[in-house]
Amino acid sequence: MLSLKSVEYSVGEFKLKADFEIPRLAKVALIGPSGAGKSTLFSLISGFLKPKSGSIFIDNEDVTTKLSNQRRVTTIFQDGNLFPHLTVKRNISLGLRPDLRLNSEQQGVLDYAIDRVGLTDLVDRKPGSLSGGQQSRVSLARALVRDCPLLLLDEPFSALGPSLKSDMIELVDQISNEKKLTVLFVTHDPEDAKKICDLSIIVSSGCVSSPMATKELFENPPEILRDYL
Amino acid sequence: MVASFLVAVTVGTLIAVICRIEGFSGLTWNEWTAIRFTFFQSFVSAAVSVLLAIPVSRAFFRQDFIGRNILITLLGAPFILPVIVAILGLILVFGSKGILSQLMGFSAFSIYGVHGVILAHVFFNLPLATRLLLQGWGSIPSEQFRLGQSLSFSPFNFFMHLELPMLCRVIPGVFLIIFLICTTSFAVALTLGGGPKATTVELAIYQAFRFDFNLSRVAILSIIQLLMCGLIAVLSIWIAFPAHYEGGLDRVRPIATTGKILDFICITCATIFLILPLAMILIRGSGGLFLLPQSVMFSALRSILVALAATGLATIMTLYLASLIVYSSKVYEIFGYLPIAASPLVLGTGLYIIFYNWIDPGKIALPSAIVINAMMCIPFSLRIITPAFRDLENSFGRLANSLNLVGWSRFRWLIWPRLKGPIGFSAGLSVALSMGDLGVIVLFSNPNHSTLPMEIYRLMTAYRMDEAFGAALLLLMLSISLFWIFDKGGRINAIT
Repeated sequence: MLSLKSVEYSVGEFKLKADFEIPRLAKVALIGPSGAGKSTLFSLISGFLKPKSGSIFIDNEDVTTKLSNQRRVTTIFQDGNLFPHLTVKRNISLGLRPDLRLNSEQQGVLDYAIDRVGLTDLVDRKPGSLSGGQQSRVSLARALVRDCPLLLLDEPFSALGPSLKSDMIELVDQISNEKKLTVLFVTHDPEDAKKICDLSIIVSSGCVSSPMATKELFENPPEILRDYL
Repeated sequence: MVASFLVAVTVGTLIAVICRIEGFSGLTWNEWTAIRFTFFQSFVSAAVSVLLAIPVSRAFFRQDFIGRNILITLLGAPFILPVIVAILGLILVFGSKGILSQLMGFSAFSIYGVHGVILAHVFFNLPLATRLLLQGWGSIPSEQFRLGQSLSFSPFNFFMHLELPMLCRVIPGVFLIIFLICTTSFAVALTLGGGPKATTVELAIYQAFRFDFNLSRVAILSIIQLLMCGLIAVLSIWIAFPAHYEGGLDRVRPIATTGKILDFICITCATIFLILPLAMILIRGSGGLFLLPQSVMFSALRSILVALAATGLATIMTLYLASLIVYSSKVYEIFGYLPIAASPLVLGTGLYIIFYNWIDPGKIALPSAIVINAMMCIPFSLRIITPAFRDLENSFGRLANSLNLVGWSRFRWLIWPRLKGPIGFSAGLSVALSMGDLGVIVLFSNPNHSTLPMEIYRLMTAYRMDEAFGAALLLLMLSISLFWIFDKGGRINAIT
């Protein structure tokens, strides 16, 4: 589904190397200390940064030279996922058509997504008047309506309380199963990874490991992970 | 496309003008006097404005009183004030029959000539100098004032150690800005100057064109004007123009306990100087407002149309340039500042020379005014819109890209909703500026195509003063209303 072949990236002193492959429909946790290169890796996959060498394939298609808006990837960032001047409905609709002219079929998709994440009563509100959890639901609803098989989550729930966070992760799990998405999920918390991710990747000082089975990884953590934990 | 349009108009008109030179045998006495007077009045106007602004801005900085913020906001008003309105107001106060000479029983000086030109320039630039210097005072970290207090500085010590170094740093830039504004000033020299003793180069271009139709002389004078602007531009590379200063961590102003009376005298005098002329227009003009001839009403309508068209054109060009600057390269900023060096009169003459063989000059008067006014608005519009545009792209560019929000959709759903405020403000300034413009339009003047400021000038030179005051009040009200509509319009439902 997603494969990075001898990808190298560097800026100043910082270097990142990645060479791995992720099977379709996998949910993969990305674990590692701050500054190790997790966000850089995401930027490379979603097309905000260009690798110095190597190539990136999504769905067997070489996207290395493609711009971010031409890649079939949905990214949910740590913050700033919503336009504060647009209503919830419009923020979600942008995922279907950037000019917001939805046809009746797309309208149906939109209504379903809004209902699915439980925002029916809030569609005409603006993000500023929503709670953190509700804002996350809007981003997830948009991921649901987009036609992109790869979902990148860059610690989107780190500002939420523990029970809310676990609800959101649950919702991610349901949505990605339903929509048949492949998920890459950056997290600091091993519990998050254990909850939904069958595979995990460790990112540490610019090195990206191959995906390993999450359960075994935490039962028998290698040295890098032990230091981090 | 916009960039090449700007280059074509500025450079094209210049070439058209230069081609008209027929033999160059040195500068005549008239030209030398115009150059000397331009430098002299600019120097004195800038010096007086800055010198007066020092105590006034210091008083504003040190004192706290009700209405302080309103007064500081009002200091920005001369920017949207039509020049001709201010001049009529100044005549009502300082003219031979003005209230000042009535109070004193004799007239101290004539408002026409050198004194009047300088007085009007000080009227327009004192508020600007005060605002810029006020930023300078604000740039002294209040920690330093606290330190001074703990070292028991006397007021003189404070001045020498804190305030004087700031003034030395800020004043050259402020002086240079005002100097530049005064060298290209045309309407003031046209209405209050004239004659061999008070003719600026811009005015000399107009006279050579209008009275002698000597295009060769126009060309020589245009080059002189350009060289003067260029000289100042080169100077400004070495002198830092005032920017927005960041103060210390502590934003509390030290409120002075001494010198209160002196400070309030400064503020009161400055306020009276700035408000009295406008108050006089209000008083004298309201009588004539309902007696205005039909020609004034038509010219007012024409002015509104010209101002709206110029504003539309300026806004579109500015947004396009700003998007080039943000998305492509900062190099494009140069195109936005090109119009500063060009003088409206040179541009106007160039357009005339290019078109007069084919089209009746009267017919291109209004289109030329639209294009030139729009170009003159670009530099400040760009300064208002570009930073907001950049902020917006920094905050939302990544998200918009990832959602494939490009082209019209990006403008409709991201740029427009978030830039409405700055666009409205800059459009408001543009519309007020074009509304009050008395520059290029007088080159082509023709009673059938005159604008409101032009009509007021005509009434004034015909000594129909009551009608002139009435029309001035109308112009003032229209300019302020249009500014208000655009500025307010931009802020409706705006998100901060």
